[in-house]
Amino acid sequence: MSALLTSSRTSGSEIVKELAFFAVIALMMSVMILGVKTVDRPTGLELAVRWDLVVIAILSTIVGRLALIVRREHLSRLGQAILITIAATTVFEMFVRFREMDDRMAPPVTLDMAFSSFASVVVAIILLAIVFSIAYFTVRKPGANEDDSKPKLSAKLQVGYRANTKKIGILGIAFFIMFPFFFAGDRSAIDLATLVMIYVMLGWGLNIVVGLAGLLDLGYVAFYAVGAYSYALLSQSFGLSFWICLPLAGLFAASFGIILGFPVLRLRGDYLAIVTLGFGEIIRVVLINWYDLTRGPDGIGSIERPTFFGLADFGRRVPEGMVGFNELFGLEYSSMHRLIFLYYLILVLALITNFVTLRLRKLPIGRAWEALREDEIACRSLGINPTNTKLSAFAIGAMFGGFAGAFFATRQGFISPESFTFLESAVILAIVVMGGMGSQIGVVLAAFVMIGFPEMFRELAEYRMLIFGAGMVAIMLWRPRGLLSFRDPTILLHMTQKEKAVGETK
Amino acid sequence: MTDNKLLEVEHLTMRFGGLVAIDNLSFTARKREITAIIGPNGAGKTTVFNCLTGFYVPTEGRLTLHANDGPRLLERTEGFRIPRNNGVARTFQNIRLFTGMTVLENLVVAQHNRLMEASFFSLAGLFNLGRYAKAEKESVEKAKFWLNKIGLYEFADWNAGNLPYGSQRRLEIARAMCVDPSLLCLDEPAAGLNPRESAELNVLLQSIRDEEGVGLLLIEHDMSVVMKISDHVIVLDYGKKIADGNPDAVKNDPAVIRAYLGEDEDDELPPEVAADLNLDPKAH
Repeated sequence: MSALLTSSRTSGSEIVKELAFFAVIALMMSVMILGVKTVDRPTGLELAVRWDLVVIAILSTIVGRLALIVRREHLSRLGQAILITIAATTVFEMFVRFREMDDRMAPPVTLDMAFSSFASVVVAIILLAIVFSIAYFTVRKPGANEDDSKPKLSAKLQVGYRANTKKIGILGIAFFIMFPFFFAGDRSAIDLATLVMIYVMLGWGLNIVVGLAGLLDLGYVAFYAVGAYSYALLSQSFGLSFWICLPLAGLFAASFGIILGFPVLRLRGDYLAIVTLGFGEIIRVVLINWYDLTRGPDGIGSIERPTFFGLADFGRRVPEGMVGFNELFGLEYSSMHRLIFLYYLILVLALITNFVTLRLRKLPIGRAWEALREDEIACRSLGINPTNTKLSAFAIGAMFGGFAGAFFATRQGFISPESFTFLESAVILAIVVMGGMGSQIGVVLAAFVMIGFPEMFRELAEYRMLIFGAGMVAIMLWRPRGLLSFRDPTILLHMTQKEKAVGETK
Repeated sequence: MTDNKLLEVEHLTMRFGGLVAIDNLSFTARKREITAIIGPNGAGKTTVFNCLTGFYVPTEGRLTLHANDGPRLLERTEGFRIPRNNGVARTFQNIRLFTGMTVLENLVVAQHNRLMEASFFSLAGLFNLGRYAKAEKESVEKAKFWLNKIGLYEFADWNAGNLPYGSQRRLEIARAMCVDPSLLCLDEPAAGLNPRESAELNVLLQSIRDEEGVGLLLIEHDMSVVMKISDHVIVLDYGKKIADGNPDAVKNDPAVIRAYLGEDEDDELPPEVAADLNLDPKAH
């Protein structure tokens, strides 16, 4: 029997033993965490047992292990096909039960139903046979290893990406410009795109500090807050319009960056991270407690919405001395106009951030940032002023954070210190790190993964965080240095970008 | 000869707590000369370099650089200002290249200050205005010149960290030369080089001295380098200068031999040599 299953090393009983071992571990880990839950009943707190979740956890562990075994062992075709069939059946069963738990879904077909009558047993067997034969005829013969001399798909993709970064970027920009045309009537799609774009801009801003200059900043949200409150307060106290406040908000945030930077930038690595974290918290606590200025935890409400460059207003009731946007262009009034305008506004702001960053990278200041990230002592020995160079990175990053903050305030119409917690900083930093430090397109991808997906799959409720966690683990395993962690040289003498990429992937 | 002075070190003392790393050291390095500082491990050679290049502030003493625009006091200059305007450039004992950046980028970064000015502190450079484009072209030309000189022109687009060790050493020297120094300090440039690379290094250093007119200050253990190319040798031991002169004189100096080979308990030095050296009876 075992000779039939395996071609060489592992016997069938060993596989079973291994699976049992991991099942026991999964049981031990899940029984207390998933198996029991306290529920609030009218009679008081009670324990509810959820064995189904435990079973699912154990089964998924077994399936995962099976997949590993198939990958690892030189099993015979039959052995591989049997394992794949078992895994596929278990996954199907798990999926079905998972849907069953959600009572909104329709009652599904399960193995229980399959075994309820003779006919359904036959159907189930036929289905299993089909799965088995597909598995049997698609698996590789053992020993017929793939040709190693062929470049791997991942390497090809990498070269393709690095050789065509510019084209991919232009396509991406075109997509984002066209986006509202595809989803013109879909309020939530535009809203979500705007939210993602805010984080893309914040990610690009922080990328200057973390990705290029290599300064770990855990308090970036402070500059976001400074920008948001600058706009809200200037607009409410002095009646300044958004278009005047936007540059001022950036300026204020940049000054805060410099004020923070002066004492702090002597520190390196972990110490810098702690101090910036503290600074972020100080700003938030000041916002909460300085009630006279910021109205503390109550927040600032009814912040003025942006006008169409001071020419027209988006509201249904147009204030005196203003024209409505729809009148200006002779359109029907629609509340979508403002949303789409806001979307384009943040798109333009984000693209400005991007192009400034891309240009700065090719200037002496950008090269000095990267050199500073590589070796600060060598930089000093070349006459580069480390403090000023770091300060400039900090200030420019903070400025873009300030712009994004002003936009956030005008989009929400209401801000409170709640929006500027450490969690925000952590999310922005995660976007930068996950995107691959210094990679502009990587930040966009990561912003989608971090912000877009969790919002899109809101229906999955608590399970989306589970999937999110699994995704994070997967990224740690396969792309530990970020999704797109390649550095493009700022200047090349002989090679093209593509040759350089090919040379580095070999 | 007095107007030919490049670097004057007077009564340099560096203490770290109770440890005296350099003790009342004075010497002079001249323009268009290679001055070597040698000595056993821990003699304080690298500390001298760190004082010269602003990484340490000396406890006592005066360090004067006679650059083209008059004398400068190095001990009163902030570290990152020392290399500027034909100042002092250096290399490191353990190579400090920007390993993730290309060879060419390494050489362009070294011309930071001039480029920064040309780009009007990035404001004009952002829109490619003014003289930035021209200045960048010049910086690349300069980098090319040095790449040819160190034989790495073909490798300009490689990441600096991927170069072989010997090439990294030469690149670090080229990078320091891109700063346009009047004094170049090299901390063990021949360490880890094979004899052929070491001979190439000699040629490179001599051409820097003769063609670029730069004064070199050199820490080296490899005597084949020191004796062949240096014009002037200073020997340190326990932070004190024990010899100063041309290579041949230093080679035969008994104090130097003693510092390198050690002193036997039963004193193998001939009594007349010991008398010449005015040895204190040491209480071992």
